[in-house]
Amino acid sequence: MIAEVGHFALFLALAMAFIGAVFPSIGLARRDGFLSHLAGPAVLAQFVFVLIAFLALLYGYVVSDFSILAVANNSHTMKPMIYKVSGVWGNHEGSLLLWALVLTGFSSAVALFAHNLPHSFKARVLSVQSGIAFGFLAFTLFTSNPFARLDPAPLEGSGLNPLLQDPGLAFHPPVLYVGYVGFSIAFSFAIAALIEGRITAAWARWVRPWTLVAWIFLTSGIALGSWWAYYELGWGGWWFWDPVENASFMPWLAGTALVHSVIVVEKREALKAWTVLLAILTFSLSLLGTFLVRSGVLTSVHAFAVDPARGVFILAFLFIVVGGSLTLFAIRGGSLKPGGFFAPISREGALIFNNLFLVTALATVFFGTLYPLFIDAIFGEKLSVGPPYYNLTFVPLMVPVVAAMAIGPLMPWKRADLEGILGRLKFMALIALAAAFGIWAYVGDGSLFALLGLLMGLWLAGGVLFDIAQKARMGKMKASGSLHRLASQPRSQWGMWLAHFGVAVAIFGITASEAWTSERLAIMTLGSSQEVAGYEFTLDKVWPVAGPNYSAVRARFQVSKNGEPVASLEPEQRIYNSPTRQTTEAGIRTLALGDLYAVIGDASPAGGWSVRLYFKPLVAWLWGGAFLMMLGGLMSLSDRRLRIVVARKKALAPSSVAAE
Amino acid sequence: MKPIYAIPLLLFVMVGLALMVGLTLRPSEIPSALIGRAVPEFSLPPLDPTAQELSSESLRDGKIKLLNVFASWCGPCRIEHPFLMELQRQSVTIHGLNYKDLEDDARRFLNELKSPYTLIGKDKDGRVGIDWGVSGVPETFVVDGQGRILYQHIGPLNRQAVEQQIAPLLKGRKK
Repeated sequence: MIAEVGHFALFLALAMAFIGAVFPSIGLARRDGFLSHLAGPAVLAQFVFVLIAFLALLYGYVVSDFSILAVANNSHTMKPMIYKVSGVWGNHEGSLLLWALVLTGFSSAVALFAHNLPHSFKARVLSVQSGIAFGFLAFTLFTSNPFARLDPAPLEGSGLNPLLQDPGLAFHPPVLYVGYVGFSIAFSFAIAALIEGRITAAWARWVRPWTLVAWIFLTSGIALGSWWAYYELGWGGWWFWDPVENASFMPWLAGTALVHSVIVVEKREALKAWTVLLAILTFSLSLLGTFLVRSGVLTSVHAFAVDPARGVFILAFLFIVVGGSLTLFAIRGGSLKPGGFFAPISREGALIFNNLFLVTALATVFFGTLYPLFIDAIFGEKLSVGPPYYNLTFVPLMVPVVAAMAIGPLMPWKRADLEGILGRLKFMALIALAAAFGIWAYVGDGSLFALLGLLMGLWLAGGVLFDIAQKARMGKMKASGSLHRLASQPRSQWGMWLAHFGVAVAIFGITASEAWTSERLAIMTLGSSQEVAGYEFTLDKVWPVAGPNYSAVRARFQVSKNGEPVASLEPEQRIYNSPTRQTTEAGIRTLALGDLYAVIGDASPAGGWSVRLYFKPLVAWLWGGAFLMMLGGLMSLSDRRLRIVVARKKALAPSSVAAE
Repeated sequence: MKPIYAIPLLLFVMVGLALMVGLTLRPSEIPSALIGRAVPEFSLPPLDPTAQELSSESLRDGKIKLLNVFASWCGPCRIEHPFLMELQRQSVTIHGLNYKDLEDDARRFLNELKSPYTLIGKDKDGRVGIDWGVSGVPETFVVDGQGRILYQHIGPLNRQAVEQQIAPLLKGRKK
């Protein structure tokens, strides 16, 4: 019964989406105030109905109602409650419902909180949002009904993929979706601007906070996903350039470019058409990601149960949304006139440089991801593109981006003196170079790639610190005065410093862990020891453990260095009983200089266990860096200029009047 | 309308067309290099010492049959086991290739689950598996009466594979 309520609520949401997409547009065309005012209530109603549907499905999972097909296929009574809940979105049908919930949630946030938007503009934004919601709800209802019944109901469900039964992965999809779907707002703003044929600095101020929110969530979703891969998949890697990873990374690259180009629109009223295009591109890539994961056109470890009928639907949807918006862009893009003059050597010039390289890097990832498909489509050959391709294309493109990241923020708007800035950075560059060589020679045994990585990280970190010192006039006035100057810097300035510094930290983590990981594969008997990077791993104990829905073999390694105990690691090998599947839980301890990482494998017939032991220097810095980037985003979001509540109070600032 | 603004649309249309073609393809079906070829020459000692050995000769007996690669340590083998029993009940001949397994473990495994196999060869060091291009356990091959490989299924058997791929092959050449 509850499932039918959910199913029915979903149909009502679909109807509301239709009303919200069509009526406001008619209202605006006919200057009918009643119809155009329907936009807000329609998205709120969508949200309420999708929420009811979502709660109904959640209820089905919580009480293990196996007469619902999706529950029977993905849940199990023995599963811990947290995974019953996360099981809701751990499969195709439920994840679509979550997607729709987040989407209508975002639309409702715009309807409720964006009071400073001109009425017609807001109505257009909301009607575009409703249109997207209509597509997703129709997709859910007609190809992937989460409430489909199963008769007779089985006594027991078949369980959730054990790899997904993990706290990190329970929250990875929702966070990622908030990121993906959040970019729909930037998209809708871009479409509304194209229809109205005008973009102003105020437009950029409206778009920026929504884009930042989406970017922060996407960053954290990707970081969570890679962290999960690191400790759960048990071979110590954290990024595999898998099509599905790329599917989330491509919108991130486009979104990063967008976050930067919006600033140029705000400050200089330039780069308007480009920014609109980026907004369309970012959301289109989010949709493409959905298509790639669910249609089965690419093979991936992540793929959902694939179904070509769904693929056809999403592709048609992709053609309407992306094709439609790009057609609109082709017609109207030319009318977005830039204001003011433009000099290449300037802050805006540096941001364009950043955008060009980010988008080129995006193109290489896009090409690498879809190349196997293109080759298969044209020549009928099967092949796969692996990390060597990305190391050759993506990594070199990041070098100029990072190099410019240290210089760009030092440039003023309009016109900058590059020679002067480079002159001032000379000293810092020398220190970075000397330090990079020093570390590289001291650690030893590193590749040229490692040296480059160290240099880039130090250069960027140094550039950020140099910028901070300059803004504080450090050394040119009393320390208290400098501190005061720092404290009075706008939050968006601090956000930029934090985020850029986070990139430097992440570069250190990537470089050190890629270049200097020590690894040992061995068969160990109880009491025997293995040495990895100066750490002595002793296999202390191995014993069976019973979990709620798995049985496991757990091992304990005592790790010591120079006779001093350092840590005790307890990796597990689990056999889940429904569905039967073996998973590894790595034993990890993060030390100041790196991670100790141990995996226990099968028992060897000759006695003993096969084990894998690693020392991964600085690998935790990677996620530390990602955390700093998110923090930077949050800091920037809290800046007065962008705060939605404040903006509401000053709704009639001159720039927003100009957009009326 | 300036033509330059239509470039993104053009690029998208090209990508979209490729995706459309892509939908008709099946990347997860890796064509086996062995399909249509004669089975590799081999001969393996039986698991049960009193039984016949499993060899390339015994696969050329004029009848179509399945060769299933299994091991007691393989979890997914338990998942596909009901499909094998179902096929056996339909009097399909299934031979087993016991891959990198211990004899006692393999016997216990078959006692516990019932054996769907007519002949079972012990491939203790996995040499024969390599000749067959086995990339993981379980795998299932359809072999015709002349000892040619007609089909290779990677991973545990499922309803779709049995009904859409294997059953038509068995039906087509039963006599």
